Amino acid sequence: MTARILRVMLPMVFLGIFVLCWELLVRIFAIPPFVLPGPGIVLMTLISDAGLLWNSLLVTLTLTCEGFLLAAFGGIVLAIAFNQWRLVEYSLYPYAVILQVTPIVAIAPLLLIYLPQPIAVLSCAWIVAFFPILANTTLGLNSVDHNLLALFELYKASRWQVLWNLKLPSALPQILAGLRIAGGLSLIGAVVAEIAAGSAGAGSGLAYRIAESGYRLNIPRMFAALLLLSLAGVTIFFSLAAISHFALRRWHESAVKREV
Amino acid sequence: MTSRAAIVVSLRNVGKTFERGTVALEAFDLDVREGEFVSLLGPSGCGKSTALRIIAGLSVASAGSIEWAKGPGSVGFVFQEPTLMPWATIAANVQLPLKLARADKYKSRIAASAALARVGLTNFSQAYPRELSGGMKMRASIARALVTEPQMLLMDEPFAALDEITRFKLNNDLLAVWQDMQRTAIFVTHSVFESVYLSQRIVIMTPRPGRVFTEIAVPVPYPRDENFRTSAEYAALCRQVTHALADAIATGEAS
Repeated sequence: MTARILRVMLPMVFLGIFVLCWELLVRIFAIPPFVLPGPGIVLMTLISDAGLLWNSLLVTLTLTCEGFLLAAFGGIVLAIAFNQWRLVEYSLYPYAVILQVTPIVAIAPLLLIYLPQPIAVLSCAWIVAFFPILANTTLGLNSVDHNLLALFELYKASRWQVLWNLKLPSALPQILAGLRIAGGLSLIGAVVAEIAAGSAGAGSGLAYRIAESGYRLNIPRMFAALLLLSLAGVTIFFSLAAISHFALRRWHESAVKREV
Repeated sequence: MTSRAAIVVSLRNVGKTFERGTVALEAFDLDVREGEFVSLLGPSGCGKSTALRIIAGLSVASAGSIEWAKGPGSVGFVFQEPTLMPWATIAANVQLPLKLARADKYKSRIAASAALARVGLTNFSQAYPRELSGGMKMRASIARALVTEPQMLLMDEPFAALDEITRFKLNNDLLAVWQDMQRTAIFVTHSVFESVYLSQRIVIMTPRPGRVFTEIAVPVPYPRDENFRTSAEYAALCRQVTHALADAIATGEAS
């Protein structure tokens, strides 16, 4: 119990000290807000620009979620296809790897040339998020207990029965781990694409606000937008962790409390 | 009684060579009679598990033939590990064979609770495998093998990982189930004591390549209990089987 309180309290205390030092630093050295705004000004900007920032947050979050869902769908479906048909795996796997290892910052400007901005942003979120899901699901589908496979064979299970009743449930922990990684990555993908679109973009996502505020030297708003982005990322991570815990709580060692 | 019962399955001259060239079985002959309890006993690597998997159809013989008297019979298989699906309840695990056969859901549920009752797990049907002890998991595994009411029960060293007290208890419960269901049972083990306690007939195998060395009958009526386990008759049979096994291993090493 005390350990639990400490785990919540200590980061809070640390945050308090950090904000206090920041505010003091800005006041003592009289740093102008366009160089480094104090936390007070950032908070005030967050309130005064609430409408604008909220709309931008919604735009970015919507694209992130769409990218994430498409990545989850694409990654899992492709992993199943790889698992069921070796030829599909041989043909496509190298390209999945190439897509993953090519930096998204380098792909984004190209996509922005050929695609309308929202679609380009969506594509970037998809590209970075889909590979961890593909890789994890593939690993999960291939790590099925051999004796359970023999058991299904003994009872003459069809291919789809093996997939649905054995391989997918057995791969669930790995699939969920892939989704957890992909959630954060899809936000990064969306942000990278918005930044790449920059002032030329017609979008109004949070990353676009950061770029725009940068050009206008509106540093407090940059900080406010950054804060919102971080909060969005943290929220995505914890939601996915909660979903994962809920799905595995009855049977997987990772989600079951150890008896002492 | 056993010698008069009809033969259910015979293996003739069966051989199995694995891809890497390991010869697991060579010229292996075995007749299994209706309703009998036969053990395959031998050191590890003598191909006894391979023989069992060939009978189950999980492995294909590279030589010889397997003949079923009335066509390939239905089998229940118990693995060395409990091999339960960790994400499913005990009841769902036991129902699996019926689910895969697309049996009626209501009937499956009834068959599964009957099978669980046979192994004494009625109160644990809604538990998950991780919540059960090793012995209870093995019971669930046996219940799953019984749920389709197979003609033949094949067991591959099912109790090897259990402690002795649990193993003795499961030995007794297995014998009770076997007597009650009147099905043929083939039991693979590397324990002399277990094979004598359980079976009517012990087939002793030589290692590398696996062949039948000799057969020893255990002409002791059932039910058998702790009185048999501590009797002079049991000790004498164990001595006989132990010597035969030692000879089998020596033959294997000499060749």
